[in-house]
Amino acid sequence: MSKFKKKKGGELPAISTASLPDIVFMLLFFFMVATVMRDSTLMVANTLPAADQVQKLDKKDRVMYIYAGKPSDRYQDKFGTQPKIQLNDKFATVADVGAFILAERASKRQELQNVLTTALKVDGETNMGLITDIKQELRKVNALKINYTTRNGDYMQNLK
Amino acid sequence: MAKRSAPEVNAGSMADIAFLLLIFFLVTTTIETDSGLNRKLPPMEDVVDPPIIKERNIFTVVVNKNNDLLVEEKPLEISELREAAVAFLDNGGGKGEDACDYCQGARDTDSSDNPDKAVISLKNDRETDYKVYIAVQNELVAAYNVLRNREFARLNPNLGLSFVEADRRYSDPRTSTSEKEALKPKLAEVKLLFPQKLSEAEPSKTN
Repeated sequence: MSKFKKKKGGELPAISTASLPDIVFMLLFFFMVATVMRDSTLMVANTLPAADQVQKLDKKDRVMYIYAGKPSDRYQDKFGTQPKIQLNDKFATVADVGAFILAERASKRQELQNVLTTALKVDGETNMGLITDIKQELRKVNALKINYTTRNGDYMQNLK
Repeated sequence: MAKRSAPEVNAGSMADIAFLLLIFFLVTTTIETDSGLNRKLPPMEDVVDPPIIKERNIFTVVVNKNNDLLVEEKPLEISELREAAVAFLDNGGGKGEDACDYCQGARDTDSSDNPDKAVISLKNDRETDYKVYIAVQNELVAAYNVLRNREFARLNPNLGLSFVEADRRYSDPRTSTSEKEALKPKLAEVKLLFPQKLSEAEPSKTN
């Protein structure tokens, strides 16, 4: 009977952790691929106003972003505190908006050029004058689809 | 010298290194989903022959530089704007071919004929705050959504969706093509009943 003798001390064998690095690497690669790094650093204050009747923005490759607001603290010495427009990584004037839109449009694929949306990411404290000027420029270059990018929230927050 | 085999490198810390990297990417990842109010600007070319719109079919909203609201020549709080806009759009005071059979409003002869004729004109000052402007826009869109939800529920009682939810499903890329095809005519029908006619006038200069 000794042939079938039970092993002494029926301890469970330790689970091999050799494949743990592989699993973690797999996750790592997923996040590396899925990560979208912010493509332009914000140089303006950008507290978006709140709205609750919002629609989702289109896919990212169909959107052009225009930022506006007061320059951030570290740019205030140089550029003052008046609200400014930011296109890509540079401050710009209203006159540059048209050229920016045309350049952005030309860089997109042909089939997307007619469905582009301009997202206006504007700080809540900005005066409407600047936004109206931007809108006039957009009309001149026929970029008529716009989106006032907002944060999700009750509109009453805006009135404080 | 006796041939010595190279000692095996301990790979036990590999998992720790990978975890560290993983956590870094987890923290820096922002899967951004921007949302906002979609608007369409009017084209630049001048309309040679602007259509004549009756005064009672225009709902004027003016926001001045102190962020106060003037609606139809009367001051109003923003919290009352949605209701006022709904009442205006849903009035249905028209007669004959302008009659509106689905409107449930007061049928006031001094207010809009039907939703198709009704235009909301939003005018702002150059010194108006952007956030107040967005609040006003939000309320006006909300007024349209209230009415569209109502009509959508009336026309599609079995769907169990409101217009806003259906529209969201329609624009969601995960929704199947067949469902999109089914939703499209229903959405278009309601949009035709309450077309969004929101005109943004050029701002007044501050004197």
